[in-house]
Amino acid sequence: MSTTKPENNKMRFDLQIIASWIEPGSRVIDLGCGEGDLLKFLIDHKGAIGNGIEHNESKVAHCIEKGLSVLQGDINEEVLDYPDNTFDYVIMSQTLQQVYEPDTLIRSMLRIGKKGIVSFPNFSHWGCRLQLLLSGYAPVTQQLPYEWYNTPNIRVITIKDFRKFIHEVGFNILKGVAINTHSENRYGKIIAVMPNLRATYGIFLIGNGTE
Amino acid sequence: MSEYIEHDKDANSVGIVEKKLYTFAEPPGEMVLESGARLGPVTLAYETCGKLNADRGNAILVLHALSGDSHVAGYYKEDDEKPGWWDNMVGPGKGIDTNKYFVVCSNIIGSCMGSTGPCTINPKTVLPYGLDFPVVTIGDMVDAQKALMDHLGIKKILAVVGGSIGGMQVLEWCARYPKMVTAAIPLASTTRHSALTIAFNEVARQAIMADPKWNNGEYYFGPKPDLGLAVARMIGHITYLSDESMRHKFGRRLQDKSDFSFNFDADFQVESYLRYQGKKFVERFDANSFLYLTKAADYYDLEKQHGDGSEVKAFSKTSAKFLVVSFTSDWLYPTYQSRAMVKAMKKNGLDVSFCEIEAKWGHDAFLLSSERLFALIRGFLERVYNETRK
Repeated sequence: MSTTKPENNKMRFDLQIIASWIEPGSRVIDLGCGEGDLLKFLIDHKGAIGNGIEHNESKVAHCIEKGLSVLQGDINEEVLDYPDNTFDYVIMSQTLQQVYEPDTLIRSMLRIGKKGIVSFPNFSHWGCRLQLLLSGYAPVTQQLPYEWYNTPNIRVITIKDFRKFIHEVGFNILKGVAINTHSENRYGKIIAVMPNLRATYGIFLIGNGTE
Repeated sequence: MSEYIEHDKDANSVGIVEKKLYTFAEPPGEMVLESGARLGPVTLAYETCGKLNADRGNAILVLHALSGDSHVAGYYKEDDEKPGWWDNMVGPGKGIDTNKYFVVCSNIIGSCMGSTGPCTINPKTVLPYGLDFPVVTIGDMVDAQKALMDHLGIKKILAVVGGSIGGMQVLEWCARYPKMVTAAIPLASTTRHSALTIAFNEVARQAIMADPKWNNGEYYFGPKPDLGLAVARMIGHITYLSDESMRHKFGRRLQDKSDFSFNFDADFQVESYLRYQGKKFVERFDANSFLYLTKAADYYDLEKQHGDGSEVKAFSKTSAKFLVVSFTSDWLYPTYQSRAMVKAMKKNGLDVSFCEIEAKWGHDAFLLSSERLFALIRGFLERVYNETRK
């Protein structure tokens, strides 16, 4: 964990960490790539061959305008078409909490790619815990800014839960880091002590073997 | 497709362009068509804009749809009323930037816009071909364009671009001459017509053939089947629009009257629009060409011809980078058809980008001025062009 160094301070902090894990010249696909910031960085600075999938028409269009290879579609459907081991890394950043069948998707990710990188907001951050404990309302935080009735985040995940889940679906965690940052923030810090309580996000490199 | 281009000389334009002709396949070296028939000599009308680089690596081939022609952008004369059919996309600084790229647009064989087709004089009889003109296919159109590319000295095309039937030619180029195509942009297109599309084409053809003036295709020295062709065009126009766009454009509004006429004149605006479009079309298009070109499009089946029935196999020879675009309200070439080709491309490990543009204008959306479409095409072309420079 200590070898992780954020790569570029123009991107969201979790994306900087993810970028630092990608070997130069890799084939990469970003599931839910948004406006393509990470892809563009990986292509320009790491010589990566990058693809993206994004649901939102206007974000897809902005990606293609920037010269990225991105297609519009549902990530759960689109991953099914790629041949085995097409990619070195399959990235899904801050999307897992919105996925209906996380185990199916994680298996697809590690079929089409050699390694997966997943980041998600940590629901067991002390802020969430305190809100629930003291106010009795479902937590609303900067990382999870929605009310229960309008949130796209249908999954409640903690860093501990994720570790357990990955072992249950039969894969290994090759690297993991917990960070503290606001959702769109470019700055943040790595949390080494008591991450499940203190980190706002978890980022994991997963695969079949060990690193 | 319909005609949307309006007079806009103030905007950036490629300026004055010229309709050029290239004739090849002189007997006895006729072109052998997919049907086995021989055709020659063959003339293609074409237009070029921009400059070909010294390394000939910046050529873009634009492929037009059913009723289009080689006049893609600019003006033939200073006082022309309208520029070429895709002047909003092709020009200096536009989606397809003629300051950067050398754009070629070729008319298709079977058309009546300067290339060899049923209204051309058959050298054997010294009369117009009429129905003696052999049935041509999308593959034959592409073969003829290949001869033109050879003539222009272009061995590698940076991008082939086209919508609708033009998009079918794009796909056929990738399957037939995979080594020549670096990138491809099929817009609002399909690998094969649905039953719905074939049905509309058949009704349109029946309208022409039911006109007594059609006379089995021999009408070139007498009255033409204008009524039949106009009805065919009216059917076409309905399919190019959408329920939403027709509601928006016409609704149930009446044309120049406040109440029904209680006869069979054009009361509704939509009736008047279709009659006008039909009338305008017969002034510039040949009924036999309409029959031949719609038939070619209906016959087209990429997976059957290049993949033994498999769409995945049909894309196995090409290594082109693709940008596939569909439009939400297009019911003639609906998004599911574009998605199917994207799926097949992915299964072959091809580099493919896909966007379904929100548009209420139906199939015709690909011809309309759209910042979104311009930006997509501009960004994609820039990337593939830069990648060839690496």
